[in-house]
Amino acid sequence: MNGWTGVILRVNLTTGEIKKEPTNLQNAKLFIGARGLASKMLCDEIDPKIDPLSPANKLIFAPGPLSGTMSPSTGRFDVVCKAPLTNLIAASSSGGSFGPELKFAGYDMVIIEGAAKKPVYLWINDDVVEIRDASSVWGKNVPDTTDELRAVTDEDAKLACIGPAGEKKVLFASIMNEMNRAAGRSGTGAVMGSKMLKAIVVVGTKAITVADPEAFEKAVMVARKKISEHPVGGTGLRVYGTDVLTNILNSVGSLPTRNFHDGYFANADKFGGETLTAKYLIRPRGCFSCIISCGRATKVTNPKYAGEGEGPEYESAWGFGSDCNIDDMDAITKANYICNELGLDTITMATTIACAMDLYESGYITTKDTGGLAIQFGNAETMVKLVEMTGNREGFGDQLAEGSFRLATRYGHVEFSMTTKMQEMPAYDPRGVQGIGLNFATSNCGAAHVRGYTISPEVLGVPFKVDQHDTKGKPELVITFQNLTAALDSTGACLFTTFGIGAEELAALLSSVTGIQYSVDDFMKAGDRIWNLERLFDLKSAITSKDDCLPERMMKEPIKTGPSKGDVSHVDKMMPEYYQLRGWDTKGIPTPEKLKDLSLA
Amino acid sequence: MAKFIMIHPDKCTGCKNCVIACSYVKEKQFRPAAARIHVYAWEREGISVPMMCQQCSDAPCTTVCPTGAMHRVSGSSLIAYDETKCIRCRMCVQACPFGNAVYDTETNAIIKCDTCNDNPSCVAACPVNAIEYVEENIATRSRKKSFAKKFKEAFQEVA
Repeated sequence: MNGWTGVILRVNLTTGEIKKEPTNLQNAKLFIGARGLASKMLCDEIDPKIDPLSPANKLIFAPGPLSGTMSPSTGRFDVVCKAPLTNLIAASSSGGSFGPELKFAGYDMVIIEGAAKKPVYLWINDDVVEIRDASSVWGKNVPDTTDELRAVTDEDAKLACIGPAGEKKVLFASIMNEMNRAAGRSGTGAVMGSKMLKAIVVVGTKAITVADPEAFEKAVMVARKKISEHPVGGTGLRVYGTDVLTNILNSVGSLPTRNFHDGYFANADKFGGETLTAKYLIRPRGCFSCIISCGRATKVTNPKYAGEGEGPEYESAWGFGSDCNIDDMDAITKANYICNELGLDTITMATTIACAMDLYESGYITTKDTGGLAIQFGNAETMVKLVEMTGNREGFGDQLAEGSFRLATRYGHVEFSMTTKMQEMPAYDPRGVQGIGLNFATSNCGAAHVRGYTISPEVLGVPFKVDQHDTKGKPELVITFQNLTAALDSTGACLFTTFGIGAEELAALLSSVTGIQYSVDDFMKAGDRIWNLERLFDLKSAITSKDDCLPERMMKEPIKTGPSKGDVSHVDKMMPEYYQLRGWDTKGIPTPEKLKDLSLA
Repeated sequence: MAKFIMIHPDKCTGCKNCVIACSYVKEKQFRPAAARIHVYAWEREGISVPMMCQQCSDAPCTTVCPTGAMHRVSGSSLIAYDETKCIRCRMCVQACPFGNAVYDTETNAIIKCDTCNDNPSCVAACPVNAIEYVEENIATRSRKKSFAKKFKEAFQEVA
């Protein structure tokens, strides 16, 4: 096989059995790889009703057919499982070199089943695969675990692991690879912790081959040129990182502030990408085969928050920033470092703290609940402390470790949780940008910007500009972006490649690598298929059409200040058209005809 | 004038585009283990360093090679490898002080940078010009000058 390695590694931690099985080519054609193919495997193999933290859940690490090749910025992998934060199917994407290394070791994916009785790690050295004792690193943070496991395996091994947060099953624990890259959202790290699997360590020396080298070289040149000539993909993200978005979103009045009480923050520039570059950046970093280089190696010198690491990304800067009413970039960056070290999703961590601050200021949480901590908005010192406490489940942090939905529910005010389907909304105000709200409300993993990034056309004007405040045409736009992203994710590509290329270029790369001809229509249809597959899982596991919604604050409390003052979300108005264009009935269930058309029935 | 592959670790993002381009150009497949250039990363410090054959003037690999397989190309700064003369004794691998000559079990050959016949694919693949193929004197001048600039700034502050 070309592109795909043709082998799936299956490891059962309950029995200790390690098996290698062939990749099903028919499924690979239909679901591509990474998010798509791993989701297909998960849906075929687990009951959607299972407890996500039970041994019955499976945890799949899956790069895509483009991962490991010189196709630009396509070295990613997804972690797929049933998520503990949402009870929905999760596919959390990460970069670095871990995904390509799995391919070089010879595997299209690794499926982890069951649960070990004591801490273990998986050591993959090409064909030799061992389950090894991890008791010496259990309890350790991500950088120390990485160093220590490399010392006993291979000093250049690629390594995905959990920190203390994953071990303690914080419901939004991340899986970190190469120290600073995160499969962040939905709590994949808690699933890894529930299986007592501290890490997967991999070294691969085999080859990935390409079906049509001539066509592939041409497709690579075209894609490289288009991305590198694009103002965002070629310049903006390298110079300022993703945090370049802070000032942009604030300038259009859609930077959520104080747990989404507002959509504008006067001091946003203090934590924006321009400030990050001027005062914190050591150098840009790039994942495997990346030509965009949005990664940030950074340093904080202020002794109070001193540290070094990577980030923050835009969503992290925003979450610990304006959403908590904080403008202290030293504290924000430190909070981000702690998340990376303990293995926490920055978005849910930050927004859960914002929710707690909101409940505290409204008097629903008091110092009796917090162990004496005053957690009002704007308190940077306490914010940093709460991150540490959550990762270790200490004191009030044990309550934050359940995410904002369960926290707000515990105190009788679920309306304070800024979530859809129990996952926190990221840094784009759905009152100021209508399409992104529809994407949040319909996202199969709960609110997520990376499932249908309509911010591109609605705010950035890429590849064309539409009115951010208008609802007209948005259902179609959201569906197109969601389908494209599902297919793109499944190749191993980074979403940021869309700052330069689209379905046409990705289909050309995929066809030349795999030797299977994907037209643009085939590619988009694969995305539609993957979306509907995920939807079917979610409908069986946890949700109905009633859950395709936003927090009521988005409809009832208008943005108070800034350019989008007075705006609310009109998501309900867009939903019937969204269902209809999706080929779903009025209850949001895919029709039999639709499923047949997608080869899902 | 001789050209030289100059590395700039301060610019390197660690993306390994150079590694995969090299492996593809040389082997028509993606196998980083077979690349003639490697990038080592220190993740805590956020720094990466590319490594490849330095084409030494007084090259230990040529001195120890018993058959002349590893040899200097006359009139050039390039150290070339003639596979037909090689007896796979790996003396060059032993001798290289940088570890930049490697024996590949897959192809039963010594792998070492040959600057892609004066047109290095790694340089073309680097998205941030962290590796450059430049005239030797220009390469060193720009580096000397960048350090000189730091001195200049330090002196200006003092004055």
